[in-house]
Amino acid sequence: MAEVLVLVDHVDGAVKKVTLELLTLARSLGEPSAVFVGDGSDAAIATLTEYGAANIYVADDAELGKHPVAPKAEVLAQLVAEKSPAAVLIPSTTEGKEVAGRLAIRAGSGVITDAVGVDPDLTATQSVFGGTVIVKAKVGTGTPVITVRPNSTAPEASAGAGAKEAVSVSLSDGAKKATITNKVTEEKGARPELTEAAIVVSGGRGVGGPEGFGVVEQLADALGGAVGASRAATDAGWYPHQYQVGQTGKTVSPQLYIANGISGAIQHRAGMQTSKTIIVINKDPEAPIFEIADYGVVGDLFNVVPQLTEEVTKRKG
Amino acid sequence: MKIAVCVKQVPDTWAEKKLDGGDKTLDRESVDGVMNELDEYAVEEALQIAEANSGEVVVVTMGPDKATETVRKALSMGADSAIHIADAALHGSDALATSLVLAKAIEGKGFDLVIFGSESTDARMSVIPAMVAERLGAAQLTFANKVEVTGETVKIQRVTDYGYDEVEAASPAVISVVEKINEPRYPSFKGIMAAKKKPIEAVGIGDLGIDAGQVGLAAAASQVESFESAPPRAAGTVVTDEGQGGVQIADYLSAQKFI
Ligand SMILES: Cc1cc2nc3c(=O)[nH]c(=O)nc-3n(C[C@H](O)[C@H](O)[C@H](O)COP(=O)(O)OP(=O)(O)OC[C@H]3O[C@@H](n4cnc5c(N)ncnc54)[C@H](O)[C@@H]3O)c2cc1C
Ligand SMILES: Nc1ncnc2c1ncn2[C@@H]1O[C@H](COP(=O)(O)O)[C@@H](O)[C@H]1O
Repeated sequence: MAEVLVLVDHVDGAVKKVTLELLTLARSLGEPSAVFVGDGSDAAIATLTEYGAANIYVADDAELGKHPVAPKAEVLAQLVAEKSPAAVLIPSTTEGKEVAGRLAIRAGSGVITDAVGVDPDLTATQSVFGGTVIVKAKVGTGTPVITVRPNSTAPEASAGAGAKEAVSVSLSDGAKKATITNKVTEEKGARPELTEAAIVVSGGRGVGGPEGFGVVEQLADALGGAVGASRAATDAGWYPHQYQVGQTGKTVSPQLYIANGISGAIQHRAGMQTSKTIIVINKDPEAPIFEIADYGVVGDLFNVVPQLTEEVTKRKG
Repeated sequence: MKIAVCVKQVPDTWAEKKLDGGDKTLDRESVDGVMNELDEYAVEEALQIAEANSGEVVVVTMGPDKATETVRKALSMGADSAIHIADAALHGSDALATSLVLAKAIEGKGFDLVIFGSESTDARMSVIPAMVAERLGAAQLTFANKVEVTGETVKIQRVTDYGYDEVEAASPAVISVVEKINEPRYPSFKGIMAAKKKPIEAVGIGDLGIDAGQVGLAAAASQVESFESAPPRAAGTVVTDEGQGGVQIADYLSAQKFI
């Protein structure tokens, strides 16, 4: 069976859920092999094997971690040349897409970004123009390089052989030109990451100010979800920019999206319209966001949300 | 200091974007074009860096004749001159071809910095800046919410999921910017008038040493096979809060097995 390479998304060996989704998806396309770049592979091997990795290629030279993006593309390009895989799957994150772009040039391959599904014949499904159009696209030249949106596949364990193989790569001069001098972590609480979260609770201008996000956060925590925000809220400085959902923010596709005090402008919908279930709380019955709600409540979020939080806590406990 | 800024004309955000039923490419004719919003931030950043370093800003765009409107806008914001690559052969180009054309237009012209927006609102790929860096063999400093230029050294804050990375390189460097980096200026009346006289170099692919077989729809390394409108979401239930709104949502979430 043809090999399908999956680039592992991890933080110091802690494997992110999207990797398990991609390994699961890769099993329907061929034989998945994980490509691990960076430190901490020992901690990751058990999980990668559990989710079906036949081979685990490990590139952990310290030099690779010093530069952004390019080293991962060059490790993958070398493996594409050596192993002739059927396809390369990469998480559709900011960095993942850039890795895919550079890899496509090195491998002379077509690249498809932001797929929400991949068929066994490697046709990718994309949801474009803010979720209004579904496109089927296929790479016709070279080894298909496809980035896949988090939450597109439900991860399922099914053990693989998990054979570890060390990979050494000598980086190009171009890859070494930019150097990471410092990594700064900003308030990463206990909440799941926005793009990976199964549940996202968002607040907009309707929360009225930074303190208004308190009720949004409490609901998110009761549900074990992430917090998102509209641009009106991030522009006003009520919530940090990296939590913005929408056309110029993050694209999220969770199982459940709860929009609080968000009107549903086209640019906001572009980032959340593919959510499986959408709940809306807004005091204006004419707000366009109700058009895409599975369940909506017309009311003041400061009454509805705390009551919902209390109810969730009660039913879960 | 010589700075190139790459801008793209995209369909107006508010317009309904459509794919052409014939060749399945984005229908750019039937909608108004605007400068990709993130590219306004790229132009602003280029102008600020040029102002602080007595530099020169050259706008680079690839797109149909109509994209001249977007070039003029960048010039009226204050850029000095422009290169507009328009060629019938480019219709339907994919990211590989676009990055090739932009890299060829930039290469060998002595740019210290090449600045991009981090994403176009139509393609939404966020790949072109990285691909151009790869092709030029230049430092990639992308997704910047802060750029500092000190002599030859360029330092950025690269936005990450957990905060940011500080990334540093010697110029020449390829930069892409996110929208929190600055507040783009509006073109002044004087700027608009001045822009009319600024030079726009019209370039075809032959001028760049590119063969028609390397670009356009026929050369695209990935193809759209089919497309359809997403099924509209089934109308949901909307209730008015009469004191039990939170409980009603909780009931719905329980029924859907979320809690
Ligand atoms: C090029 C471009 C890109 C953009 N990108 C994005 C993007 O990525 N993401 C994004 O979100 N936006 C984006 N926008 C902005 C977008 O057009 C809207 O301006 C923005 O989404 C509005 O945010 P909002 O819904 O929070 O605010 P508003 O539109 O002001 O809506 C606030 C809502 O809250 C309701 N409300 C008020 N008080 C209460 C209360 N107590 N209880 C319940 N409901 C209440 C009101 O009825 C209203 O419907 C972009 C715009 C442009 C031009
Ligand atoms: N045809 C083009 N002409 C000039 N710049 C472009 C073009 N396409 C993309 N870009 C630049 O690349 C950035 C990212 O685009 P994309 O990878 O399509 O999301 C944009 O913000 C522009 O700065």
